Amino acid sequence: MDEKDLLILQILEDNSRLSRDEMALMAELEPDEIETRIAALEEGGVIRNYTAVIDWDKAVNGEVAAIIDLKVNPERDYGYDRIADRLSRFRQVKSLRLVTGVYDLQLMVTGRNMQEIARFVSEYIAPMDRVRETATHIIMRTYKEYGHSFMDRETTERIPYSL
Amino acid sequence: MKDFISKRAKTIPPSGIRKFFDLALTMEEVISLGVGEPDFCTPWNICEASIYSIEQGGTAYTSNRGLQPLREAISDSLGKNYGLSYDPDREMIITTGVSEGLDIAVRAVVDPGDEVLVAEPCYVSYSPCVTLAGGIPVPVPCSGKDHFRLNPDVLMERITARSKVLIINFPNNPTGAVMRREHLKAIADIATDHDLLLISDEVYSELTYESRHTAAATVGDLRERTITLNGFSKAYAMTGWRIGYLCAPEDICNAALKIHQYVMLCAPVMGQVAALEGIRKGEDEKDRMVREYRVRRNVFVDSLNRIGLSCHLPEGAFYAFPSVEKTGMNDVEFAETLLKEEHVAVVPGSVFGEGGMNHVRCAYAVSRKELKEAIVRMERFISSHRG
Repeated sequence: MDEKDLLILQILEDNSRLSRDEMALMAELEPDEIETRIAALEEGGVIRNYTAVIDWDKAVNGEVAAIIDLKVNPERDYGYDRIADRLSRFRQVKSLRLVTGVYDLQLMVTGRNMQEIARFVSEYIAPMDRVRETATHIIMRTYKEYGHSFMDRETTERIPYSL
Repeated sequence: MKDFISKRAKTIPPSGIRKFFDLALTMEEVISLGVGEPDFCTPWNICEASIYSIEQGGTAYTSNRGLQPLREAISDSLGKNYGLSYDPDREMIITTGVSEGLDIAVRAVVDPGDEVLVAEPCYVSYSPCVTLAGGIPVPVPCSGKDHFRLNPDVLMERITARSKVLIINFPNNPTGAVMRREHLKAIADIATDHDLLLISDEVYSELTYESRHTAAATVGDLRERTITLNGFSKAYAMTGWRIGYLCAPEDICNAALKIHQYVMLCAPVMGQVAALEGIRKGEDEKDRMVREYRVRRNVFVDSLNRIGLSCHLPEGAFYAFPSVEKTGMNDVEFAETLLKEEHVAVVPGSVFGEGGMNHVRCAYAVSRKELKEAIVRMERFISSHRG
């Protein structure tokens, strides 16, 4: 991993749909080298997937999302890894992190409605061994995701010329 | 009634782009590559610092020289980044943009009849400021074959017994040219031999892509005969805040300070507070913007050459300066027809002085998406005029 790799990752994180020629110009590398480096980054598991940043509020798919904080008793020899592994296997769990603070694990869960999420938490998450406490926060609105603001700001007019 | 307008005001030429400006305002979906400012908003931490300071009642005059902590921070940063050393209490003034800095610098040193050499193409205010101070601007053209650097031989040809000052601006608006240490050395020798004072506008110093900026005052013995001008507009995307600074040996600085205190009193305090936040904590945001300009430069300049507008790789600022000679149009015709037919705004190079003829200035400080669309339109324009 060198500076060029980091630059490629930055370019991809901003827009993963550029052609390799465009990326080559941006990163000041040959197109072939771009391809080799990206392949290596994929191979090494640094690049996990290529997705889109979607404002689901605008898409009006009717789904709801919640952040769920968990207090968990860590396991001897494994810490949080094994329970995290089990949690991550649920399709409903979109993201899962170990965090510092009052709670240990933080999940993002989506569902068709609040009842569905409530049921998921009470039937599957809360009863798990080692889960001591849950706190469910329904997401009311997303203002910013992965560096992209969802706010519709009025753009200030720039003058057409200035010297 | 008498004609009240002064002769001096009459001698200053009107803006060379007025008609373009008016024309563009009547059009829809104009992509403007004509704007000499970053397309980024000022980083938010900088705005927050200024908003907070206003809430705390920070709305009064500052000292004439500007806020002490700001001057100290600038002095440290100039030392760290360029090896410059200026005493923040005796050799520095915070100005209302570099525009004011240039004006008071010229007025501090130019007497009526003095000749002021101006390396062109350059920002449009230099010569008018000289004229307003009673001096005589003497253009020194920089040409494409020198990558728009100031050629020492051409400079020599324009020097007379009345030459007193040389104004340069590198990284350059409009060409993006950069003078490295070896290039500046030759100019330093000439300045010393002919006892010239140098006014060096270095407002694009943070925007260099191939090598670190060389501050003129660090070359040879130029420090004692240089007024260094710089500011926050370009590096920190802070054009509207109007904060620049002037650094010079104490006697020259004091002369400029007298003019500054009568015409400006002080630079706006909100902008000074913002600038302080920028210089203390804006480094990462600044670097991020510079990286983005570099990426856009590579893509844009490559595209210009591909569609037949030959363009050297600019090493600094955020301007590409392609030649339009091959299109058979001069720069004014090209800019006007391109605006009318494809709604793309570029600035004719001749606006910036004789060295800029047959070139157009394209600012790539616009989003990648717009740059891409601009290239599509320009390519269509060029092929439709090939006949």
